[in-house]
Amino acid sequence: MKTLFVILYFIPTLFFAQDTIKGMVMEPSPQGKHLPLPGANVVWEGTSKGTITDVDGNFTLPYQSSYKRLIISYVGYKSKTIDVTNPNTVIHILLNPTDDLEEVTVTTRRKASATSYIASQNITTISSKELLKAACCNLSESFETNPSIDVNFSDAISGTKQIKMLGLTSPYILITTENVPSVRGAAQAYGLSFIPGTWVESIQVTKGAGSVTNGFESIAGQINAELVKPLTDKKFFVNAYGSINGRLELNTHFNIELNEKWSTGLYIHGDKRGEKFDKNGDSFLDLAVGNQINIMNRWQYTNPEKGLISFFNLRFLDDKKQSGQLDYNPKVHKFSNTFWGSEVNTKRLEFSGKFGYVNPEIPYQSLGLQLAYSGHNQNSYFGNRTYDINHKSVYTSLVYNSIISDSRHKIKTGIGFSHDTYNEQVSTTDYSRNENSIDGFFEYSFDNLDDINLTAGFRIDHHNLLGNFVTPRLHVRYTPWEKSALRFSFGRGKRGANIFAENQRLFASSRSINIQNSNGKIYGLNPEIAWNYGISFLQGLQLFNRKADISIDFYRTDFQNQVVVDYEIPTEINFYNLDGESFANSLQVEFNYTPLDRLDLKSAYKYYDVKTQYQSGVLQKPLIPNHRIFANISYETEPTTKGGLWKFDISFNWLSKQRFSSTLQSPEAFRLSQYSPSISTLNAQVTKVLSDQFELYAGGENITNVRQHNPILGAENPFGSNFDSTFVYGPIFGSMYYAGLRFKLN
Amino acid sequence: MKLLKCTILLLMISSIGYAQNKNAKATIEVDGVCMMCKTRIEKACLKTKGVKSAVWNVETHNLSLIYDERKVNLETINSKIASVGHDTKTLKATDKAYDALHPCCKYRDEEIREDHESK
Repeated sequence: MKTLFVILYFIPTLFFAQDTIKGMVMEPSPQGKHLPLPGANVVWEGTSKGTITDVDGNFTLPYQSSYKRLIISYVGYKSKTIDVTNPNTVIHILLNPTDDLEEVTVTTRRKASATSYIASQNITTISSKELLKAACCNLSESFETNPSIDVNFSDAISGTKQIKMLGLTSPYILITTENVPSVRGAAQAYGLSFIPGTWVESIQVTKGAGSVTNGFESIAGQINAELVKPLTDKKFFVNAYGSINGRLELNTHFNIELNEKWSTGLYIHGDKRGEKFDKNGDSFLDLAVGNQINIMNRWQYTNPEKGLISFFNLRFLDDKKQSGQLDYNPKVHKFSNTFWGSEVNTKRLEFSGKFGYVNPEIPYQSLGLQLAYSGHNQNSYFGNRTYDINHKSVYTSLVYNSIISDSRHKIKTGIGFSHDTYNEQVSTTDYSRNENSIDGFFEYSFDNLDDINLTAGFRIDHHNLLGNFVTPRLHVRYTPWEKSALRFSFGRGKRGANIFAENQRLFASSRSINIQNSNGKIYGLNPEIAWNYGISFLQGLQLFNRKADISIDFYRTDFQNQVVVDYEIPTEINFYNLDGESFANSLQVEFNYTPLDRLDLKSAYKYYDVKTQYQSGVLQKPLIPNHRIFANISYETEPTTKGGLWKFDISFNWLSKQRFSSTLQSPEAFRLSQYSPSISTLNAQVTKVLSDQFELYAGGENITNVRQHNPILGAENPFGSNFDSTFVYGPIFGSMYYAGLRFKLN
Repeated sequence: MKLLKCTILLLMISSIGYAQNKNAKATIEVDGVCMMCKTRIEKACLKTKGVKSAVWNVETHNLSLIYDERKVNLETINSKIASVGHDTKTLKATDKAYDALHPCCKYRDEEIREDHESK
């Protein structure tokens, strides 16, 4: 009886699983004939099902319709992948020996960052290699070697760096992590410093309006950070960093492949900024002290046979900052007028899930679902001013990709829902609010596979505070001749300004805060609306037989409405709706050249003209230089057989004078000149790669020791009416040196 | 009556004969050597009415097609590929079409083929 059962059990397998394929693997002989190759590996792609060829080079393998591709490999030979559609044919495969060493080195070295010649949008991808050039430490510091993004000098109190694009501050840039809007709302001011640099796999910088699929908020552009993935990241990774300004960082990554489908990664970041410095003797710390713990756990699911891919992320952050006067002790002096001090404590919890389905039969059809939740809580005080904000956010988006008639015409359409709860308290005033929105979007892209492609999209949003509105965006690329790209873009953006979260530096001053309008729905103010137009041209060329490229772009942002942040009266800060014009013009000329093997040269000139109608007149936006020059040189030595090499990198930045907001109404002792001096800074880094596993690096920031000597006005009397830390135009700390190591295991 | 029956039968046969797939899949072998060839081959296919997707693998020389059988058949696709100068398993390109290829793409030339292989 038992036997029968077993037999019965086997019958179906006999009937259904006995499809096999047969084949033969061969190698070319010196006489030009094909000889059988015994011992070669033959494996179905994405499975562990495989075999080894016999003495005559023959193999037999079970076949299932879900198996599509066969991988044939043998040491010393180039691997081959072949598509198998019909199991009944006998497959003959010719494996060629790998070329001798001389030829292997003939590889094209990919640049660490590159602007696409093909995409309709002006996208620059910054690879992890480029990210290594700025060894420290988080996303806000990852753009030091990229000319499209300007990194501000850290402000006098919090020490965080803000970024700008097209002359506009980061609230006008849509910052996403894996296409989920992340640095926004309450996280706007410090959010970039909450994403550790080692977690970032690559960054895509899109200049201009951006795509409609990620929301309506982007005005100047979009920055998307792709994070490391459990399946492709190193199995184990450690990065340790220490600098002479007392900053210590430790990053560790652990990644495990649990089975064919599941892998998981744990990423832990900790940093401590422990030492107190007051080099300029103004009694205030030059840098905030504090610490951060940042933990992320990712789960990745991949099932290529069914066309499924998913990610689940869980992340927790705890960040503490303390700044103010050197002798300030929060336990003793908090809210007393003995010493001025400030603490900013942030906790953030994030959960997100991503589900992707690609139809394995019809690869151009795919469906994606994104769900994200974040809870952000900041408790802070600046002297006697308290500022607390709690922001809970839910974001969902469902996207469907397909084609119309053929794959030259692609469409992307979807729906989304988002919810934000803000509990915000400025001193004793409560500014809590809820935001809800539902949206639908449609994006069409056309590519004639030759000289033209375009992306045209629009979205419709229904938002409880911003109303109902349509956001159109268009990007076109045309290639008039070889190795060139002419691009044009325009688009609309709209957003509610989080006036306090975005302008937290104002709290570290004695200025009184005034909101002049009361009819609007967000802080009494109207939503900001802007149109962005851009044109750019990229030309690749051969200069003395070496690769070079030159690009010129011009962008204009026109504000239909803006929440004007007016610092022009020294004892006040005024927020009001724009009444008149406000625009930002940005011109950038970039030239990149590879004059020698492994030597890259980057240079850029930027011109900004950012003007706004203030109540005191049309003025250049404060602290934005009209001219900037950027240059970067990087060189690598030839790798040794073990993979060891040296890397050198130097960056230079020059900024023209910057306008200070007016101090004419201040007492004479607290008046500043109209403009800051121009400044230039120099950064350098050396990396010694000892092997594929281990490397050491050391570098210096602001090597020439340029400093702004009196960053804080009225520092001698921080509780007086002239205390103001909002005039930072240059480095406060002076030169800073660091060293670190990276260890990775695969 | 007989005629009617015949007609119906014929109609059914034809509909069976043309039980056609909107997303028919096929893989054919197409000769070529480089990424320029890839663009040329794929473009020739996609410009053919009814071809929805065409992906050519430069290593295996396999062209994966998805096409609407009601609008196009493999013969037409083969001839379109041949007309831009690429040989398929079933159809050779004319010398005239082949000669018009970019010098780098002369896949019939042993030397050029080896040149690409070594990269």
